[in-house]
Amino acid sequence: MDFTIDFTKEQIESIEDVLQQELIDLGVQSVILMDLAGNVIVNLDNGHANHDVFSLAALAAGNYGAVSAMANIIGEQEFSLLFHKGEKESIHFSKVVEDLLLLTIFNRDVSLGFLRLKVAEAIKRIQTLI
Amino acid sequence: MALINPKKREVQVKIVYYGPGRGGKTTNLEYINRKFKKRILNEMVTVKTYGDRTLFFDFLPFDIGEIKGHSIKIQLYTVPGQVKYNATRRLVLRGVDGIVFVADSMDLRREMNIRSLQNLKENLETFNKNIFNIPLVMQYNKRDLADEGIPILSEEILQKDLNSRLNAPYFPASAIRGDNVAATMKKIIALTVSSLRKKLQ
Repeated sequence: MDFTIDFTKEQIESIEDVLQQELIDLGVQSVILMDLAGNVIVNLDNGHANHDVFSLAALAAGNYGAVSAMANIIGEQEFSLLFHKGEKESIHFSKVVEDLLLLTIFNRDVSLGFLRLKVAEAIKRIQTLI
Repeated sequence: MALINPKKREVQVKIVYYGPGRGGKTTNLEYINRKFKKRILNEMVTVKTYGDRTLFFDFLPFDIGEIKGHSIKIQLYTVPGQVKYNATRRLVLRGVDGIVFVADSMDLRREMNIRSLQNLKENLETFNKNIFNIPLVMQYNKRDLADEGIPILSEEILQKDLNSRLNAPYFPASAIRGDNVAATMKKIIALTVSSLRKKLQ
């Protein structure tokens, strides 16, 4: 199925509030809410990040699709959570609803466990808004 | 379907260059990247294999200004042309707004063009999209090969093989020289954006 959710201005603002409170205030560098077509729906950062978010989203959509195909091969429907660890920066991917992904980019100041907890909370709140 | 952000008043439009392997899709994007460098803020992203073939896709984003108060962000993608990468091609087609079909004019590639177009039609159907309803431009690439004495298909044959029912706008082109590369891109942007205008009212 192929769809893109149409968001209202109010919805986007509410989602931004959630991401700011749950993730940016926690100390993550940037967050991107995107669809699986590679479109950026919401992007927030801490003011110090300078990532090319459109390219990131395009690659993340491809990456997610590729990993989902891997999941199918081993008999899983999908891997709903992905994590790429770098020396300084890491990326965490989590599915929000069908067709929507949340990308979180964070550095060593944020613990993965705490981040996962906060991402789960943010997703729960976002699901009520869409 | 294009993504409209009512808060930023921004529209993201996805255009995919489709066609048989080694047909010149990546060469189209490389030319656009060089030619319009000033308007392209980000680097072209490309995921290749060792043999310099497109593995995943190429991605080139740029802004074309405003329409009805919305800034328009065009995102050009290519698909990997090789037959075995069909799963990846389907992935890239997700959410597509407009398509350029890059056909290879070489005589030897006649069958591959037809098969690739059929594959596009089938892949669109998996997303409930109809090739007859989506903005589409045909590009008959590698016209320059005739100068080197390599047999190429006439425009009439290409039209008959690929475009007799679709009736899409078409351009003879040479992506390596840049002939009609910009014209192809402008045409697909115009077609795609005009199909969005209603939504931006």
